[in-house]
Amino acid sequence: MTTSSEDVLLQMGEVRYKKGDGTLYVMNERVAWMAEHRDTVTVSHRYADIKTQKISPEGKPKVQLQVVLHDGNTSTFHFVNRQGQPAMLADRDKVKELLQQLLPNFKRKVDKDLEDKNRILVENPNLLQLYKDLVITKVLTSDEFWATHAKDHALKKMGKTQEIGVSGAFLADIKPQTDGCNGLKYNLTSDVIHCIFKTYPAVKRKHFENVPAKMPESEFWTKFFQSHYFHRDRLTAGTKDIFTECGKIDDQALKAAVQQGAGDPLLDLKKFEDVPLEEGFGSVAGDRNVVNSGNIVHQNMIKRFNQHSIMVLKTCTNVTSAPSTMTNGTNNANGPVSQSAYTNGLNGKATASATKTSADQVDKDEPQSKKQRLMEKIHYEDLGDPHMEGDDDVAHGDKGNKAQQFELSKVERYLNGPVQNSMYDNHNDSMSLEEVQYKLVRNSESWLNRNVQRTFICSKAAVNALGELSPGGSMMRGFQEQSAGQLVPSDFQRELRHLYLSLSELLKHFWSCFPPTSEELEAKLQRMHETLQRFKMAKLVPFENRAMHELSPLRSSLTQHMNQLLRTANGKFATWKERKLRNAR
Amino acid sequence: MKLSVDGLLVYFPYEYIYPEQYAYMLELKRSLDAKGHCLLEMPSGTGKTATLLSLIVAYMVEHPETVRKLIYCSRTVPEIEKVIAELQNLMVYYERHCPNPPPLTGLVLSSRKNMCIHPEVSKEREGKAVDGKCYGLTASYIRERHEMDTETPICQYFEGFSLEGKESTLPVGVYSIDDLKEYGRARNWCPYFLARYAIAHAHIVVYSYHYLLDPKIAQVVSKEMSRESCVVFDEAHNIDNVCIDSMSVKINRRTVERSTNALNQLTKLVQDIREEDTNRLNEEYQRMVQGLKDASVQRDTDMILANPVLPNDVLTEVVPGNIRNADHFLSFLRRFIEYIKTRLRVHHVVQESPAGFLKDISSKICIERKPLRFCAERLSSLLRTLEISDMTEYGALTLITHFATLVSTYTKGFTIIIEPFDDKTPTVSNPILHFSCLDSSIAMAPVFSRFQTVVITSGTLSPMDMYPKILDFDPVVMSSFTMTLARPCLLPMIVSKGNDQVTISSKFETREDTAVIRNYGQLLVEVAKTVPDGIVCFFTSYLYLESVVASWYDQGIVDTLLRYKLLFIETQDNAETSYALMNYVKACDCGRGAVLLAVARGKVSEGVDFDHHYGRAVLMFGIPYVYTQSRILKARLDYLRDQFQIRENDFLTFDAMRHAAQCVGRALRGKTDYGIMIFADKRFSRHDKRSRLPKWIQEHLVDSFCNLSTEEAVQLARRWLRRMAQPFTREDQLGISLLTLAQLENMEQEKLERQAQGKQGVGGEVQEL
Repeated sequence: MTTSSEDVLLQMGEVRYKKGDGTLYVMNERVAWMAEHRDTVTVSHRYADIKTQKISPEGKPKVQLQVVLHDGNTSTFHFVNRQGQPAMLADRDKVKELLQQLLPNFKRKVDKDLEDKNRILVENPNLLQLYKDLVITKVLTSDEFWATHAKDHALKKMGKTQEIGVSGAFLADIKPQTDGCNGLKYNLTSDVIHCIFKTYPAVKRKHFENVPAKMPESEFWTKFFQSHYFHRDRLTAGTKDIFTECGKIDDQALKAAVQQGAGDPLLDLKKFEDVPLEEGFGSVAGDRNVVNSGNIVHQNMIKRFNQHSIMVLKTCTNVTSAPSTMTNGTNNANGPVSQSAYTNGLNGKATASATKTSADQVDKDEPQSKKQRLMEKIHYEDLGDPHMEGDDDVAHGDKGNKAQQFELSKVERYLNGPVQNSMYDNHNDSMSLEEVQYKLVRNSESWLNRNVQRTFICSKAAVNALGELSPGGSMMRGFQEQSAGQLVPSDFQRELRHLYLSLSELLKHFWSCFPPTSEELEAKLQRMHETLQRFKMAKLVPFENRAMHELSPLRSSLTQHMNQLLRTANGKFATWKERKLRNAR
Repeated sequence: MKLSVDGLLVYFPYEYIYPEQYAYMLELKRSLDAKGHCLLEMPSGTGKTATLLSLIVAYMVEHPETVRKLIYCSRTVPEIEKVIAELQNLMVYYERHCPNPPPLTGLVLSSRKNMCIHPEVSKEREGKAVDGKCYGLTASYIRERHEMDTETPICQYFEGFSLEGKESTLPVGVYSIDDLKEYGRARNWCPYFLARYAIAHAHIVVYSYHYLLDPKIAQVVSKEMSRESCVVFDEAHNIDNVCIDSMSVKINRRTVERSTNALNQLTKLVQDIREEDTNRLNEEYQRMVQGLKDASVQRDTDMILANPVLPNDVLTEVVPGNIRNADHFLSFLRRFIEYIKTRLRVHHVVQESPAGFLKDISSKICIERKPLRFCAERLSSLLRTLEISDMTEYGALTLITHFATLVSTYTKGFTIIIEPFDDKTPTVSNPILHFSCLDSSIAMAPVFSRFQTVVITSGTLSPMDMYPKILDFDPVVMSSFTMTLARPCLLPMIVSKGNDQVTISSKFETREDTAVIRNYGQLLVEVAKTVPDGIVCFFTSYLYLESVVASWYDQGIVDTLLRYKLLFIETQDNAETSYALMNYVKACDCGRGAVLLAVARGKVSEGVDFDHHYGRAVLMFGIPYVYTQSRILKARLDYLRDQFQIRENDFLTFDAMRHAAQCVGRALRGKTDYGIMIFADKRFSRHDKRSRLPKWIQEHLVDSFCNLSTEEAVQLARRWLRRMAQPFTREDQLGISLLTLAQLENMEQEKLERQAQGKQGVGGEVQEL
């Protein structure tokens, strides 16, 4: 059964499985066990099927390794090296480590991917329809579909994975324990480190700078715990402390944030007072004098507590604001504080101007948001809406609150979209300026003529116009759609909708390629064009045929618009192609 | 709804009404009818402002001859803005539902800092600096100078206003600060002066206490208010302190130094001017000889601060001869400052009466009382004559002259205390001269006598009999309203001991006891475990907060606390606290929950609301007694005892309890809101403390909740929270704590019937004097 193409990476003798001695083979894609003096493999697990491996705890007499499969089955291998426990352990560890390396590569990669995709499709019926229309009919390949058309959904899915929050007390969790002989032991897990990095980006930066270039990981953390930075009652850290700078950066960031103000006028204590008096008059609280009373160590500690809470809070607010701040470079995971702190040194001017504009923005928005806040505050929900008695006009006060009423001067136009007159196809950019000019001149000539002769429209034209304006005519297309609701059976309607959906999706991507500035885009354009052609052949034409058969009165009018869209796209593509060829020459 | 309050048609801008709002209106109307003052306590979160406004506006519409104007005073800027927003609501309602809406104008007046739209001046952050710069651009002589020489900068907005704005009246409407700014921008008018002018003829004026209570500001701003006004002091639980502060002065070494500098500068200026243009000084001298103080029509812009004494006490005599001459006045001032300097050079605390001070000054440097009384006015006249453009430098000197005028005008109700050092740091010499007003009725008296109706109202005025005493007035109506509730949405509890049965108290003897501090900590941790969202804790003083937090850190309580919620702490730096506060709000908003440690009597306890999830529980650690060793307080207590027969202890408890009530009241901001109030001090359960809590809290504080241990309290809280978490709809409230118009009319009927039978009325117990 063992195929020769499978490389055996490790062969481990003296392994017992279900009380039978044998050999364990760790191969490229699976793990197998063969009983002694036999040719057939008794146990064989593909890595992709294995969920985890477990090992027996240290100190147990039996040295075992267990693989747990996805379906819940397990196989336990017992290592029985004759040279005693250490050798058994060594054997086991060898296998374990190898598996550790190998397993992640197979970890349900494919499955998970499929599962994800499946979920996305289930959650988005529109996308599912699109998938059915485009992929199943072979207009697009599946990969192409996922790469281009469902990218947003896939990304959104990725973004949704919840980040683990930071506990407020993570520093308390590493509380030192005395190890009995005058030393301290800190429990540092990767989670805690993650928390520290997230909360104190300055430390992360230090870590990035120092480890492993200047000191090993453990030394870094030892220093961290010894540092005043870690301890809340830090007053002034010594200069030799590598974290002094971190403290300073944090302080600066905090100060800058404090300077910015509270934002909410109802919380900004500075703005509460309305006394325009000199310090010293009784009404003015001379708080500047009070500050130096009391214990500075305590005051500093209180400051730290505030800072700590603020930074922890920032880690969870970052998640939402991440995309906007990510772009700013230096260190992605850090969020606003660190960035303002770091970039200050690098390009102070830029950040200054940025904050200035944002401040201006704030100034402008302030009255509005302030008003809204005030309204919220004075609103008693149980007393009822202030002005709702009898009439439900938009209240004067919260005009900004309510959604704007959507007003349409011409409802039909909104419902039907701009009806394009095929006679004047302005998308056709091949029409040169001279041509247009010429046409115009010719037209105007005829106007003049008419003026002079004062003849009425000839009867034929009048009848034509009448025809256009009566139901079914091109000028009345807007009204036709309304009756289409009754004329077209519902399954056609549905299909038509799907067609539109697919087509517009494809067209969206087609048009997004313009202007094709890079080769990539050109390639995509080419591809999209082909896809469109395929779409037409695979979907549109059959539909048209069917429509022709079953709905003779409407026939082509159903797909007219779609055809036009396609034509326009084709025309554009042709022009582009031609131009490109010309340029190439 | 449109309802009839004792025959008065009131437009109330809501669909429903709370019973207590109706009762409040009744009381208010009675005092307006009687043209007398009143004292009304109504729980926070029962729509006090809306009630006040709708009733008084209705009254003004109905009886325009009796009440011409409403002056609404509040404490903080956000409060003021809320009032204006409510007023706007009301006016919109009138427009919609009143056949011919009343042409009322309402507006807000705030300091230049909040109203300035000048591109440069408004950039200043400090109110003082804005005032100074504004003065430098708008003073009459600056503008005259500008006419000669166009290089002199002036403020385009003020010019625009003085050209066109003075004649025109503000169109009917209600203007908030932002509205005024917008209006000003659109017309190129200065919003501040626009408002200053407009308040004279506006029907409703909303501004800060100081604009009416502080004589030096009131004289400038609120001089022309008719007697037929109704003055409302909202959030008035601290009004006595505001009164006292407005008449007090504090002088430290820095003030003296700065005033000496300013004096030198002035001397130089006088010298310069003498060489250039003796006329100006002569003119001023002549003016003084003739006693024509107001001969030169003082432009509004020229006055920053008026005389610090009350209008009745201002002398109308001629300025005494020895300070008429500018040089003489300056040397007079110099002597005075030198004298203060020597007085500051003390090694022990000195306390004396103004009379003693005057006697001493006349025996030591031969300064008489009379010229001292003119000091403040003489200086402002001189500053005007010298055409000073930057007033900020002369702030300290102004302060000194105000002190001179005050000390020589008032011999009763004031005291002078000179402390050589701070009590906490006896080694650091930091002498301060406190000139402290002891009698809050002094500043309040002109307000009471000038206006026909003064309404003093707040959520926490208990015990109410104290206010008429300390403010020295006779209210025609004095009542306290409870809150009708459909569910017990507040849970007041007195936690008197920890789980280990150790009594907890912030009593001086035990406050540093680790067991007490630990028990406080455990209480907080337990509450943090149980209560969702925001928790606010108040400490008795900032120092106590600091030391408790430090011990909590050492005891590991902070770390445990952080496991459940984030921790934010009020600091003495306002900007920092604001930022922490903002983050606290954010933490509550995002569902993480947070604990805020704040200080009673601090800014947070006075101005920030913790409604709904921002404060599901409030803990009051200890009784917030004022620092009793303070000499100013002692002097005041003595004065109160001698003058008003108020016992020291009564006043201290009154003061402590009103602050405690204020703190815990922060959490409850409406009937749909709910919150736990924990009083963590054994002493709260004593009758003298408990009975001084506002009635609406007392009602829910049953005996079984008065002596709880931490665990018992948490148990109760848990059960209560589960109940509160049930959906609560308007239907649950209707008929009990919320009335429709029909229900209100029904209730009225019943009440009348019952009264006919000689029983007590329902809805808000009413005590009357």
